[in-house]
Amino acid sequence: MRSPASARPPVIEVRDLRTHLVTRWGTVKAVDGVSFAVREGETLGLVGESGSGKSMTCLSIVRLTPRSASGVLEGTVLLDGDELLTKSEKEMQRIRGRKVAMILQDPMSSLNPVFSIGMQLREPVAAYHGLRGATLRRRAAELLASVRIPSPEARLRAFPHQLSGGMRQRVVGAMAIAAPPRLLIADEPTTSLDLTIQAQYLGLLKELQERHRFAMIFVTHNLGIVAKMCEQVAVMYAGRIVEMGPVREIFTSPRHPYTQALLESVPRLGAKLDRLMAIEGQPPDLARLPAGCAFAARCPKVMDRCVEAPPEMAVAPGHSSRCWLQAPA
Amino acid sequence: MAAPELPATIPSAPTDNGGLLEVSDLTKHFPVRRGLLGWSAGLVRAVDGVSFRIDAGMTLGLVGESGCGKTTTSKLILALARPTSGRIRFQGEDVLALGRPGLRRYRRAVQAVFQDPYASLDPRMRVGAIIAEPLVINEQLDGTARRRRVLDLLDMVGLPERSVGLFPHEFSGGQRQRIAIARALALSPKMIVLDEPVSALDVSIRAQILNLLSDLQRRLAVSYLFIAHDLAAVAHMSHHIAVMYLGKVVEWGEAEAVAVAPKHPYTQALFSAALPVHLDERRDEIVLSGEVPTPLDPPGGCRFHPRCPFAMPHCASEEPALRQESGRLVACHLYGGGPAATR
Repeated sequence: MRSPASARPPVIEVRDLRTHLVTRWGTVKAVDGVSFAVREGETLGLVGESGSGKSMTCLSIVRLTPRSASGVLEGTVLLDGDELLTKSEKEMQRIRGRKVAMILQDPMSSLNPVFSIGMQLREPVAAYHGLRGATLRRRAAELLASVRIPSPEARLRAFPHQLSGGMRQRVVGAMAIAAPPRLLIADEPTTSLDLTIQAQYLGLLKELQERHRFAMIFVTHNLGIVAKMCEQVAVMYAGRIVEMGPVREIFTSPRHPYTQALLESVPRLGAKLDRLMAIEGQPPDLARLPAGCAFAARCPKVMDRCVEAPPEMAVAPGHSSRCWLQAPA
Repeated sequence: MAAPELPATIPSAPTDNGGLLEVSDLTKHFPVRRGLLGWSAGLVRAVDGVSFRIDAGMTLGLVGESGCGKTTTSKLILALARPTSGRIRFQGEDVLALGRPGLRRYRRAVQAVFQDPYASLDPRMRVGAIIAEPLVINEQLDGTARRRRVLDLLDMVGLPERSVGLFPHEFSGGQRQRIAIARALALSPKMIVLDEPVSALDVSIRAQILNLLSDLQRRLAVSYLFIAHDLAAVAHMSHHIAVMYLGKVVEWGEAEAVAVAPKHPYTQALFSAALPVHLDERRDEIVLSGEVPTPLDPPGGCRFHPRCPFAMPHCASEEPALRQESGRLVACHLYGGGPAATR
């Protein structure tokens, strides 16, 4: 649309983000030195298992990490060059929803069960665009229509419980693009949906992104969705990005043993294998992380050097890995 | 639906033993009651004339979206609910005609592992007691023999001996699922119903459990009814796959044939929506419009016709029967020479 992709500054840039939470079990390093950037109209996939820090990274960007667990939230989060981590709570409230929107796994956690869809949809539209009365109603109906909800006028009067899971998630999508935002964070948005509905929803998100050109962070543990939705992938393990690069590179020549194992361990349609390549052991306890590489205990290629934490090493343009295997000999 | 003589028509299945479990024309309707007086407001046709067969030592994968009747089917097979009509035969015996002792024997032979290992294990029982419970109830073993059996079972599922004295909360999700599997194996069942056994587990743990299940099947020749929404996992684990839509089986055949070259338009859409894991695996994607209709008032004719990209006029009026097509059974008017053709 505008200047070529590489020349555009990123919409969101995260540098050395650290989110540590103080809990009963000790300090949990949920996010520990995460850096990435996403440009307009592009999607970064954040992949990893539960507890790897994907969701906590997203919550840190909008500063919604649990307040009770006072810990560390430091680093740099630039939204269109504007630092978010130093903003006041009041300023953040003007950014959430308006500039950074979120779609979470369970649509009912974003919808209020006692208000009609129309009321909930009119609220952000009125706040962002100052519309009222008939114009406001029309705009709300347009939003529902843009997320492919049939007979939007009638649906405005419906309550969340009267809609199916797929429809509810569409309503959440409509609220997310009400502004429209600069950054959309989609945290496992299709995990609760059925397969054929998931395919519809992913198509819809792509379409909305093409229209509104927002940057997107797509959190998932499903590598298939990454292949379909994202340009860049960051693989997280125990609070760190262990490998990051263009989708094609990560899928065709993964460098980090964890990424390799993750890709190998997933059954593939049409490739009948006798056994899957399993990753032995369990993900580590984030309150008791080893000093070196967190994956070392499960890594098939572990070396003496792994007791030291490996730095991020470039393996190709735009492709990096945190593994001593990539260290120049 | 006509009385099905389905089992003999699956060409790939060995026909010598007639199958371990045969389900024919199985139907379960739930009345929906409304209002104070509980007047019936309709019937949910959760399972509507389902037939399939599971052979000894084999795995049947049952796939479909939520509300298609997979879980109801598994409950009927586990004798946790009584079907409205139809037949379940296990080793040639009519399960629905069994008396109490017979049913007890049947339940020993058919065990289950469910999705959530946090819900299926009693948090106040030690793992040793959890695994021994079926033995205590069903077998007259003395303490030493029982203990030896529990340790054997733990070894089989890859848990250390010291697990015996621990509580479920001391284990991770994957380990808990191993405990649930050990308990299911305690009575040396002939068949295990696996209802979404890996969906609640982390990606890196799933492969461990799937491998364990395959190893156990090879070793013990136990049959599985594998229910899951992860199609690639089902295709990996199963010898045969049955695809359900709104209470009906729409396609049933050899796993690889169904997964790689599906025939029914719904199966095609379902497997095309199962996303590729590798980039060069991109297939033509069929995105269905609309949602699954309510089983309270399923569409007439073929239940899939309102969403079907190939729907023809008679699809709305005539229900297709399961017919032989390219080495499997398909319920679709696209095959078998038009609506009037009979088998």
